[in-house]
Amino acid sequence: MPFLPTSDEDRRRLLEAIGIPGEEELFASIPAHARYRGTLKVEGPLDEHSLRSLFPMAASRVVFAGGGIYRHYIPSVVDAITSRQEFLTAYTPYQPEISQGTLQAMFEFQSMMASLTGMDASNASMYDGATSLAEAALMATRAKDLHRIVITRGTHPAYRGVLKTYFRNSQGVEVVEAPFDRETGQVDLPVLEKLVAEDAAFFIQQPNFFGVMEPLDAVSRFARKASFWGVVVSEAMSLGLLKPPGTYGCDVVAGEAQSLGNQANAGGPLLGFFCTRKEHLRRMPGRIVGLSRDNAGERAFCLTLATREQHIRREKATSNICSNQSLCALKAAVYLSSLGPRGLREVALQCASGAHALTDALKDLGIAPVFSAPVFNEFVVRMDERTRQRLEDTGIVPGIPIGEHYPEVPDGLLMTVTEMNTNEDIRCLIEALS
Amino acid sequence: MSDRSPVVNFPVLREPLLSEMSGPGRNGMLVPTPFDVSRCTDVDVPSLLPALPEVSEVETVRHFTRLSRLNFGIDQGMYPLGSCTMKYNPKIADEIASRLAPVHPCDRRAFSPVLKHLFTLKTCLQEICGMDGCCLWPAAGAHGELTGMLVIKEALSARGQTRTKVLVPDTAHGTNPSSCTIAGFTTASIPSGRDGFLLASDLKGFLDSDVAALMITNPNTLGIFEQEITEIARLLHENGSFLYMDGANMNALVGIARPGDMGVDCMHLNLHKTFGTPHGGGGPGSGPVLVKKELEPFLPRPRIVQDESGQVSLMGDCPESIGQVHSLLGNVAVLVRALVYILSLGGEGLKDATVRACLNANYLKNRLKKTFALPYATPTLHEFVLTDKNQKPQGVSTLDIAKALMEFGFHPPTVYFPLVVQGALMIEPTESEPVSELTRFADAMEAIALAAGKRPEDLHETPRGMPCGRVDEVWAARNLVLTWNDLNPS
Repeated sequence: MPFLPTSDEDRRRLLEAIGIPGEEELFASIPAHARYRGTLKVEGPLDEHSLRSLFPMAASRVVFAGGGIYRHYIPSVVDAITSRQEFLTAYTPYQPEISQGTLQAMFEFQSMMASLTGMDASNASMYDGATSLAEAALMATRAKDLHRIVITRGTHPAYRGVLKTYFRNSQGVEVVEAPFDRETGQVDLPVLEKLVAEDAAFFIQQPNFFGVMEPLDAVSRFARKASFWGVVVSEAMSLGLLKPPGTYGCDVVAGEAQSLGNQANAGGPLLGFFCTRKEHLRRMPGRIVGLSRDNAGERAFCLTLATREQHIRREKATSNICSNQSLCALKAAVYLSSLGPRGLREVALQCASGAHALTDALKDLGIAPVFSAPVFNEFVVRMDERTRQRLEDTGIVPGIPIGEHYPEVPDGLLMTVTEMNTNEDIRCLIEALS
Repeated sequence: MSDRSPVVNFPVLREPLLSEMSGPGRNGMLVPTPFDVSRCTDVDVPSLLPALPEVSEVETVRHFTRLSRLNFGIDQGMYPLGSCTMKYNPKIADEIASRLAPVHPCDRRAFSPVLKHLFTLKTCLQEICGMDGCCLWPAAGAHGELTGMLVIKEALSARGQTRTKVLVPDTAHGTNPSSCTIAGFTTASIPSGRDGFLLASDLKGFLDSDVAALMITNPNTLGIFEQEITEIARLLHENGSFLYMDGANMNALVGIARPGDMGVDCMHLNLHKTFGTPHGGGGPGSGPVLVKKELEPFLPRPRIVQDESGQVSLMGDCPESIGQVHSLLGNVAVLVRALVYILSLGGEGLKDATVRACLNANYLKNRLKKTFALPYATPTLHEFVLTDKNQKPQGVSTLDIAKALMEFGFHPPTVYFPLVVQGALMIEPTESEPVSELTRFADAMEAIALAAGKRPEDLHETPRGMPCGRVDEVWAARNLVLTWNDLNPS
């Protein structure tokens, strides 16, 4: 049997050492009525060659899909480093003396995320963008005993969905959506201003799910009326181009950083991130790595602020999170180190420029963006189901239909461009649409 | 310790931070530039570049390679971290999972075979656990706990009930009470019996009309099978309450006993424990939730369904569902790894792995209980708990024993947990360890006990020869240096 190193002879020796006649005796403490005597109906054992042939994968040739998961260029350095077993097969760094590698890399991840978002501190990752937002809302409502969460409707539908699940049946916390302007695609400012008040925590996604850039300057002028406000990010590549969200004075920047060095992976693992200000540190969810010193006074790293956490505080913990997405955070750290400030800016600019190139090309066919406000690398057009199916059958994924989540735009299609797309991709799409 | 075997040699080095290596203009990485950036006129591009370090490719590779050498992984040696189940992570699973890399989940043609595999995994997990329904999306065990408790809450609400209390034995993982709180319940801790398992007669006193569920780990964190589990389930059901099982230790039961058969209503698995997916220095994990028929309608959306023709699809229209729990479909690449693990072993092999895990653990316990105190005589399965009771009078604690083990090339066991045992050392060797490694571990433990009798002060200085000495966790919490900006405040 693969992965099982004990031979029959070894097993006999072990049984003898334990002093029991057979392996059945190992399970004597399980009452007979609780035992399972059948053979599990599970296929296998399969050899590696057979396994390989079970899992063929082939992506479509042209893909303009994003919507929270992005295909970006990943330098070969990233996988070369993160597939090293010392990182890959280690557990959570509870024993700092033999986990300095993971710990220092997480400290560097935290440092770079804090810089990119313009915040004081970052944790060592969350599950994904949606749960990161939900945890931010939990932190806000629990700390300040708030009863309302205001969230822009332009925030990713799944993020809003998870937020509602986390607050489902919870006593007295209401989730209120701030509508978007049908013309611009940005949040409806006058309505939002009325909703944002002291009894609420307020969250806005930038760029929003339609790819549209929200007027954060204007929003920040009244956002502070809320007891707590946060900026949600689902396309972290935008951090390479836009002003750090923290410069608008928010309490938290939370979201998804899969774009930084992590593959699309058919949807996961993703990389939730969570950055906040000093005053909120002790209420922050998740693992945090801190700098410290060892018994010789030398610099060393360890997990810190453990008194917030479930293994110490149990039912009083700030969050129940235990495992996070450490390896994905490591990928982001290696990615950011590889690209550096200019590389990241260049990629972000390419994404934005690609979106312009595709918009222009579609305009020639009479397909115009639904919303008028400037976008980062995504935009919404109208496309009927039949056309989309036809394109997909020829190996072109033109985007993601959003009508299910936005009845306001029943035939809306979210199109995304990254530096992985080419002018040839655009030509293929236009040709197929003509 | 002078007689340590040099199985793992760590370099003694202090690697500078990326910020300390940074120099303007060092980075020369070329990125793809397919588009003409001069078109981009409506974006107000700040003149300030993102505040990131500038290091060259060579420096990046060397930096992270050096850091990796300061780490210890399961591929280097035994990692007997109790309840965390650090078993071998099959390389074939990594290889196959990497094939998912370029697939966008909305690329439907590429994604449909992935969905079929996810359905197969769901079916396998249901069979292994004897449960009727399964949601694969929770990203970790604690996320699964939260999801499961929200499902129970929803089911109670559908019955027109609001029950607010969840009972949690005192041996439980900290995530259990924490997840209950986040799901909006209050928790009550109940003591485990004298023999290390919960007695049905003790439970009775805690049952009233406000009890939503009992959350129990089986086998529990002492490695002891909850022998009265079926009677406990019966009492709970009679009381209109649910039985939730934390499946963190399911690797002791696969093929031997099925939670569904014991009356468990809802449970989660940790695929990164039982099904051998790598833990990545803290994650990603995966925590699928499994339920009985009655709870199935409340599982998160979307659900994976198969029609009569065998076609597998995602169903978003589930009116009774608690809603979404993840941005998408969970840690897909982890799910695929777990499936590869399962298919590699097959039904018989999965059971065989369980038997060998219990065999290894019992061999070690039998040998080490001669030197270290064993707090419970009750038989154990895949893990066991020792204490520092014999070494304490010599001035040597569990922490000293744990740190000294590093010098022998082992990761320490889980320490000071479960909380009901003073100075606990929770040891789980898993089925992955060959006899030679088990023996080497037992030898090391005995050598440490011997040293405790002769030169206890020596053990306070451990670990030596590591990348660093004992780290001052109190200093870290007091000074809170969490980014390199905190080092040189501008």
